[in-house]
Amino acid sequence: MEEPETYTGALERALHISGSEIGGECRVASERARRIRRFLPWAVLLPAALSGCGLIDAPQSMLNPAGPVAQDQLGLIDSSIWVMTLVFVVVAGALLVILLRFRWRGQTELPPQWEGSTRLELLWTIVPFILLALLAVGTVRDSFVLAAPEGKNVLKVNVVGHQYWWSFSYPGTNIVTANELHIPVGQKVELVLTSADVIHAFWIPRLGGKTALVPGRTNIMWIEADQPGTYKGQCAEFCGTGHADMRLLVVAEPPAKFAQWEQQMEHPVVQPTSALAQQGEKYFASEQCSSCHTIGGTSFVGVVGPNLTNLAQRQMIAGNLLPNDAQDLAAWLKDPQAVKPGSLMPNLHLSPDKIKALVAFLQSLKTPAPSGSV
Amino acid sequence: MATHSERVWHGGGQVVVTGDEEPRGLWSWLTTVDHKRIGQMYMGAGLFFFLLAGIEAFLMRLQLAQPDAHVVSAALFNQLFTMHGVTMVFLAGMPLLIGFINLVVPIQIGARDVAFPRLNALSLWLFIGGGLMLYTSWFFGGAPDAGWFNYVPISAGEFSPGPGVDFYDIGLQISGIGTLMTGINFLTTIINLRAPGMSWLRLPMFVWATFVTSLLIVFAFPPLTVNLFLQTFDRLFGAHFFTVSAGGSPLLWANLFWVFGHPEVYILIMPAFGIISEVVPVMSRRPLFGYTTMVLSVMAIGFLSFMVWVHHMFDLGYGPWVNSIFALSSMLIAVPTGVKIFNWLTTMWGGQVRMNTAMHWVFGFLITFVVGGMSGVMLALAPADLQFNNSYFVVAHFHYVLIGGTLFAIFAGMYYWFPKYTGRFLNERLGKWQFWLVFIGFNVTFFPMHFLGLMGMPRRIYTYAPHLGLTLWNSISTDGVYILTAGMIIGAINVLWSYGHGELAAADPWDGRTLEWAIPSPPPAYNFEYIPLVRGLDAFWVEKRYGNGRMLPAPEEHHGPPGTIHMPSPTAMPLFLALSIIVAGYGLILHSLVLDIIGFGFVAVGIYRSMFTVDHGYFVRPHHIEGVRADG
Amino acid sequence: MAEMHPPIGTHPVEMEMPAAPDNSVLGVWIWLSAESLFFASLIATFLLLHNQNNGGPSLGKLIDLPLTFVATVTLLSSSLTMALGYAQVLKQNYGGFRFWLVVTAILGLAFAGMQAFEFHHLYAEGFRLNSAPSGSAFFTLTGFHGLHVLFGAFWLISLLFFSFKREFVEEAAVKVKVLGLYWHFVDVVWVIIFTVVYLMGKVA
Ligand code: HEA
Ligand code: HEA
Ligand code: HEC
Ligand code: CUA
Ligand SMILES: [Cu+2]
Repeated sequence: MEEPETYTGALERALHISGSEIGGECRVASERARRIRRFLPWAVLLPAALSGCGLIDAPQSMLNPAGPVAQDQLGLIDSSIWVMTLVFVVVAGALLVILLRFRWRGQTELPPQWEGSTRLELLWTIVPFILLALLAVGTVRDSFVLAAPEGKNVLKVNVVGHQYWWSFSYPGTNIVTANELHIPVGQKVELVLTSADVIHAFWIPRLGGKTALVPGRTNIMWIEADQPGTYKGQCAEFCGTGHADMRLLVVAEPPAKFAQWEQQMEHPVVQPTSALAQQGEKYFASEQCSSCHTIGGTSFVGVVGPNLTNLAQRQMIAGNLLPNDAQDLAAWLKDPQAVKPGSLMPNLHLSPDKIKALVAFLQSLKTPAPSGSV
Repeated sequence: MATHSERVWHGGGQVVVTGDEEPRGLWSWLTTVDHKRIGQMYMGAGLFFFLLAGIEAFLMRLQLAQPDAHVVSAALFNQLFTMHGVTMVFLAGMPLLIGFINLVVPIQIGARDVAFPRLNALSLWLFIGGGLMLYTSWFFGGAPDAGWFNYVPISAGEFSPGPGVDFYDIGLQISGIGTLMTGINFLTTIINLRAPGMSWLRLPMFVWATFVTSLLIVFAFPPLTVNLFLQTFDRLFGAHFFTVSAGGSPLLWANLFWVFGHPEVYILIMPAFGIISEVVPVMSRRPLFGYTTMVLSVMAIGFLSFMVWVHHMFDLGYGPWVNSIFALSSMLIAVPTGVKIFNWLTTMWGGQVRMNTAMHWVFGFLITFVVGGMSGVMLALAPADLQFNNSYFVVAHFHYVLIGGTLFAIFAGMYYWFPKYTGRFLNERLGKWQFWLVFIGFNVTFFPMHFLGLMGMPRRIYTYAPHLGLTLWNSISTDGVYILTAGMIIGAINVLWSYGHGELAAADPWDGRTLEWAIPSPPPAYNFEYIPLVRGLDAFWVEKRYGNGRMLPAPEEHHGPPGTIHMPSPTAMPLFLALSIIVAGYGLILHSLVLDIIGFGFVAVGIYRSMFTVDHGYFVRPHHIEGVRADG
Repeated sequence: MAEMHPPIGTHPVEMEMPAAPDNSVLGVWIWLSAESLFFASLIATFLLLHNQNNGGPSLGKLIDLPLTFVATVTLLSSSLTMALGYAQVLKQNYGGFRFWLVVTAILGLAFAGMQAFEFHHLYAEGFRLNSAPSGSAFFTLTGFHGLHVLFGAFWLISLLFFSFKREFVEEAAVKVKVLGLYWHFVDVVWVIIFTVVYLMGKVA
């Protein structure tokens, strides 16, 4: 739809050709078998084509790449789809002809009793081999291209997987954040992946394929976003009860805006203005929150749970499961397991008043943009 | 034939001569060593577990039909997909295929039984016992819930403290040992018990498939055995193979698992290929096209299947070299597989194809398996797999090959061989209903999963957000399961009804080519009155076309005393041994020393008795054989 | 291009099948090939983990090479006595056979005893199944081998009892051959373990 090279674009082209071809064929009534054979591939692709929009519009669709990595991978997927369609058409066509022409119609004579043909068998050894060789070229090339980012201008981010949330830190800075990864548009980002507990996998389909986060090991992958936007993903390796709710968000911003975000994260300002929020800050210390959570700009330095620096600037909470609003924050603090089964944040049995105060405090956690900002 | 038995006692009650009437009753089934009865019990138990795993799948699909649904909890969902996968692979798929292997292979090579009939019974009881044991985990604090490949550390004691994973380790260990014994048994059988003239290049394709499958079992199961032991030691005795903090390696599990796991999926498809290779020539009235190439291609597939395991771990970070090499080897498997597909097509091309129900399943197999194979090759493209991996695209792939491949072939085999082993046909009309409902329901259920994968839906999630756009295809997929299940129920009705009331079948209802069609339906316990002489590929067909229509007897020296047939005695020892092993297994899981001592003690007794009890067997005298009595 | 199914006469009737080994002998060969993969997997595991000591003692320092060497010689000589026993069976000298059977069993049990002693020593030094991945890998590999030796001894003794029964004579050669195959296999595995675990461990 947006670009001619996309999956649907190609499908639509295909569909268009098919329409005219079927029309032309219909006149030759005696060629029933051939007509059906011609029609078959389109019949198979039709549902796919019809659903094209749904497939591409989905927020996590790998058919709608937003960066070079996902683009490369889609290129390989596209070319393989055509090879596969070709093979499928041949096999399905042969089956149709057999159904139409080679049925038993009560003959008593046996059909010719072939036992084999070296030439034919060589044919269907060699042709698939050639088709595969074509795909092999792209496979090997992309394997190497995608293995590590090239060039100097690469932003490094350390990613640690936890049951069931993500931690991001930017080497060379003090920035540590959780669940929402900020990256600059147009720059390669190298992710250095490891895990604090079990195996997870980092996957933002529109930016690129996944790589596992294995405890005791560091893996790397890289992504790059072409356009600003928020890209969704989620943990792709089964990691326990909360696996389905271990979601991801990548926020790609123009470099200036990203620099500003970095600035805010480096020098967070915590100014709970209302009395309620100030009360909340006290509860944060007294209700054990601070034993697990760090908040930049305060003295809270727990490391068990996600870093909450500038929490109010994030779009989502609880591993990107819930929107970051007062109501959902309150629900979260009231009973984490109720909204996110398996979550390792304990239910602290807080009274509604305390929750209210804590929510007010958490919502005050944002650093004002410096003047003259983008 | 004969309806009454005749017993002749001989020398201290050791040797019994009976007529060819078969013993009846539950006990006779529990103590049988007859490969045909064992095969039927494999089929029965396999279908039972298939039903259980199907119910689990059904529940999962209900949960996934709508976003944010609450049909089952997250924790239960994890148990459901784990048990579904484990059951389908180990307790339904393999046993159904091993069932066919038991029923068919000894007869196709002209033998009276397998090489080790008592070991065969032990295999059966270990499989059933291990499977039931696994299911009792629901009553001991929850089923395993770390997925069918049970990666560590998620399955380690630290993250899965309940006994579920222990049941996985020990239940699979027990049934796996049974499978290993089956592999050893059938290799020996095929190598040693072929009738005279049955040279390697005259073996029916199903026997070849069994041979290669057995090799895969013998070489692939030991790594699984070791892996399960290592985890058992970690979880029960505090060992540190997989403890990351102590320097253990989670990737050790992954590698050992897939070194086993990939050949395992070929264990699930090879016999299916074998079934197709039997049905296609018979129903097309032609010899199999390219027999020798077919043999070479199963060997090539079997060989290659040990060189591709890393394609399940492209995302674990082994680097571009390793990934490229394993991508290429995985793609290579498509070549020999394609040769098979095209050879089947050519067998039918120009033939006279009878579109009965068995053949419907064959067509369903060919079209569906090719789709699954195609998506398999797409997964093998390592960079693309980084997108596909752990998404519903993979779920679509393996259901296309496992259902469209394995299961459809199993149904083809069922319609093809049912008359042979029960003496009655399955109902053709119900069969076609079953086929169409299953075929359509299957595609409605699983084709959309390709889309879901492309749309970024990971597997093993108990729910998804409404705004991801996944709702439509998920609900269509669940609708498909209703159709699919309706078809399965019709199939079950067909089997149950036809068993007692189906149309009677003659010995050779399809104009068959291989030896099983040369003997009565159902076959007598001893299969062949005399060991046949094999004079060509498609032994029975050759005799029908060029001989007098009956198998000739093999020369004298291949027969026992004239007029009688020596048979192994029934024995309860395999059942006893299997039960002892199960008891010992519970002892380990429940940390009960008493059960351990009883279990392992009985195991020792059982092994001693099995190894050193000489079975004199008994003699059967088929009544219509004119022969001399064995003794005065 | 297309070949026709040849009429029956032209197909050579391959009557002579190669002389097949006895079922149990063949079965045991296949079983032992599965066992080879079993031990191969354990050895691979050991090679992967043998340096992961979790802060505890390392195996290389604790190995008592002379003791293990004696154990190795013991086990290897039991292979010889097993072979001698088999030779007696072929000569139908069952008395001689029983003698060598007993010697073999004693040598096997002596080996197991030395291994038990070694394990005891290692445990005392803090090198254990549950101390570190290296310990887990070591005890699992050598322990499974030890269990195979014990099972072999159980088998030897059972066969000894059985050899007094009337039925023994009929199948003696096969029964002993099968056991011999197993016993030699267990020895060969030990040679590999001795090389990989002890010699290389000491050198490293
Ligand atoms: C019956 C079982 C079965 C079979 C036969 C196959 C067959 C194949 N499988 Fe599949 N596979 C599974 C069962 C099976 N698989 C299962 C259960 C999993 C998931 C495990 C899990 O994670 O839970 C899996 C996962 C899986 C993965 C891992 C995906 C991931 O987790 O990221 C990959 C990757 O390479 C793969 C590849 C292949 C390939 C290349 C084949 C090939 O053998 C296919 C060959 C066949 C054809 C290609 C069709 C016929 C050929 C022609 C008509 C010739 C012309 C063709 C061409 C030129 C392309 N499979
Ligand atoms: C042979 C293997 C096999 C078979 C047949 C099936 C059959 C089905 N499977 Fe699958 N499945 C797997 C092997 C198989 N599966 C594996 C290995 C996994 C991975 C697990 C993991 O991730 O760990 C998986 C995972 C899996 C998932 C993904 C779960 C997740 O990742 O969250 C889903 C989801 O829809 C699913 C659905 C289904 C459905 C609807 C069927 C249906 O086809 C079932 C239909 C059957 C019935 C409804 C039973 C009815 C039976 C009778 C009435 C008796 C029949 C008797 C006769 C016909 C005689 N399966
Ligand atoms: C024992 C440790 C622990 C304590 C105590 C704790 N938390 Fe948490 N917290 C966590 C963990 C772990 C998570 C991540 C849960 C998840 O996403 O599954 C979390 C998540 C959160 C989040 C969502 C963060 C995000 O970015 O998604 C908020 C907000 C939060 N905690 C606030 C609090 C408050 C307020 C308190 C005190 C009342 C508190 N926590 C006490 C461990 C703790
Ligand atoms: Cu983390 Cu799944
Ligand atoms: Cu595989």
